Amino acid sequence: SSAAMAAVRALLAPLGARLRPGPRTALRSAASAAAAAPQPLYDVVVSGGGMVGSAMAAALGHDIHFHDKKIALLEAGPRKEYDHMPDSYSNRVSSISPGSATLLSSFGAWDHVCSLRLKPFRRMQVWDACSEAMIIFEKDDLDDMGYIVENDVIMSALTKQLDAVADRVEVFYRSRAVGYTWPLPSHSCDTSPWVQIELADGRRLQTKLLIGADGHNSVVRKEAEMKNIEHQYDQSAVVATLHLSEATDNNVAWQRFLPTGPIALLPLSDTASSLVWSTSHEHASELLTMDEESFVDSINSAFWSNINHSDFIDSAAAMFRSAISLLKPSGTAVRQLPPSIAEVVPDSRAMFPLGMGHATEYVQHRVALIGDAAHRVHPLAGQGVNLGFGDIACLAHHLSAAAFNGSDLGSLKHLLKFETERQRHNVSLIAATDVLKRLYSTSLAPLVLLRTWGLQVTNALPPVKVRI
Amino acid sequence: QLSLFRLPVKGPLRTSHSSVDSQEVKKFQLLAHKWWDEEGEYSALHSMNDLRVPFIRDTLLSMSSNYHPGNPLSGVKILDVGCGGGLLSEPLGRLGASVTGIDPLEDNIRTADRHKSFDPVLAKRIQYKSSSLEEIVEESMETFDVIVASEVVEHVADLETFIRCCSQVLKPEGSIFITTINKTQLSYVLGIVVAEKIMGIVPDGTHEWEKFVPPEELERLLESNGFSVKTVNGMLYNPLSGSWSWMESTSLNYAVHAVKSGAWAQSGPTDPPPETDIQQRSATAGTA
Repeated sequence: SSAAMAAVRALLAPLGARLRPGPRTALRSAASAAAAAPQPLYDVVVSGGGMVGSAMAAALGHDIHFHDKKIALLEAGPRKEYDHMPDSYSNRVSSISPGSATLLSSFGAWDHVCSLRLKPFRRMQVWDACSEAMIIFEKDDLDDMGYIVENDVIMSALTKQLDAVADRVEVFYRSRAVGYTWPLPSHSCDTSPWVQIELADGRRLQTKLLIGADGHNSVVRKEAEMKNIEHQYDQSAVVATLHLSEATDNNVAWQRFLPTGPIALLPLSDTASSLVWSTSHEHASELLTMDEESFVDSINSAFWSNINHSDFIDSAAAMFRSAISLLKPSGTAVRQLPPSIAEVVPDSRAMFPLGMGHATEYVQHRVALIGDAAHRVHPLAGQGVNLGFGDIACLAHHLSAAAFNGSDLGSLKHLLKFETERQRHNVSLIAATDVLKRLYSTSLAPLVLLRTWGLQVTNALPPVKVRI
Repeated sequence: QLSLFRLPVKGPLRTSHSSVDSQEVKKFQLLAHKWWDEEGEYSALHSMNDLRVPFIRDTLLSMSSNYHPGNPLSGVKILDVGCGGGLLSEPLGRLGASVTGIDPLEDNIRTADRHKSFDPVLAKRIQYKSSSLEEIVEESMETFDVIVASEVVEHVADLETFIRCCSQVLKPEGSIFITTINKTQLSYVLGIVVAEKIMGIVPDGTHEWEKFVPPEELERLLESNGFSVKTVNGMLYNPLSGSWSWMESTSLNYAVHAVKSGAWAQSGPTDPPPETDIQQRSATAGTA
């Protein structure tokens, strides 16, 4: 009977496995830790002061149920002054979804973004280099589909909102965490139940909940031994700021799938766009080193040339298109022409390697991962930072409720709810993005046909498009 | 080793005026250090916080006009009777209340003290004392704004004395919150047989069906000791999800909120409520 009861309890205790002691446990005894100067105890420490980490700290700092709580944000780099935005655009931009904009406005950051600069876009046109197939995303109501915002603009807005709650949120600049000590499961309470953090300069902090927002090479994730599935793509992304040949409304985001990888043009203003070109490492290096004229030519040719078309594919695609128009007369849309590029802003070219990653666990006792620390995705879907903002909205919601219930903030009970919700949302999107990336990395006829027809069908079917 | 909790036949009738039943206390001795294992023997009590903390919090918020963001219970003095390891005291403390937790078992108090000691905010807001309710009455007359007696009244020896002492230490118009188990066939089957013997949700021998308290009797005792019962809600535990929810029927677990009337002197009980009321209530109680 006791064996049966133990079995039942095991069935009812999915959390058991997550409460295993971490790698560096209890080597420092509670006595010595307490006898030394008591280390400051925070309710939440966010490790990583990028867009996602800063937004997380700001969201909690502005939450009414965190009014008297102590939050710390650890950033390895120095504090940047964002007071004066340079006239020229930065080459690192993000596509911000309406959902992310809602999150940012929930703690007053979106107003700052709007007062600085951003470019709303109404439409996305995505097409193939190997065929005429294309898909157009457009919102029927006159709402914006999304916004292209420079990362520096977002950081400026976040920094301002962090300053506004400086009594609750302490930001530690030039503070890299070099070690973490994980607590034993809460019931064996002879040692400190909190997470201990050691900074590079020797300072120590304790916290009830550690949130890892330290990017795809997350130290928090590694130290907590949370398994990560990762894969380096043999691609790098080249970014640059471009000037258009002629001023236009420029409210369309363009993306063309080349055999080497997708090239995207994201609108910044009526005369400028941002380039994100994912291609092989060699080609990326070439693009970076070639002279500016050749660079501009490469971009224009990438968008306009049809050398990758084959007659076979073209006729097959045309056939399919007429078949669709029989069934659904409005199924094919008007194709707009992408802008042509006149010049690249000097010194705006840069490249960075691409990969994908997904942590199998987002949470552990007193630890949670958000943003790229939890999941890393190819830029082709323009989703990267939006997934991170989605993580923040979900985690902040659960932590707020937990605080209002007087719960222990590091308790797995609500952390697991966050994990389940976000994994359910993220996994399918990350997998789909990965599949798309692989599908479009080839000019093999059958696969091209497959994706061509797939794209055409998707374009013709409103319900599918809306879902995307 | 849990079979040690199987109680022998009751000893001689106690005639003391204490509400503490020492046999009951002994049951909790062995598990005194297991309180804070969220997945252990007390897991159902941990998850009960999801119900009882919002219940207490929202009731008190609705009765008060001050609101301190982040500390909704700021300024409220709460007595947690039978606090055990402090499972309920700590969330109330985190919400800003000043909590005094009492429990007759010293080991429980020791566990509770040690657990709160790591959090400087809680360490200041919560005071634990190994004591019975009677022992603190004299020094705490009309001291507390709120009393919580959660999963306690089914363990006390003399419920009438217990309620009277609660009234004495509570300020006029103060609130008392009680959660306990009804005495019905259903609560025998589910609360004792299934919960203790079969599924091990509650350590074997923790409860005695004889001591379960029907809500009508609890209401009667409260009303005759100067309380006005405001809310009675049924509670249901789902063993598969390990979570609690509110339900209409009080045939299993239930929660009560009562308020001590204003200028009430410490005189004897009032007249019992009219007969018809009692009959109506017992007709509807205990039916699923």
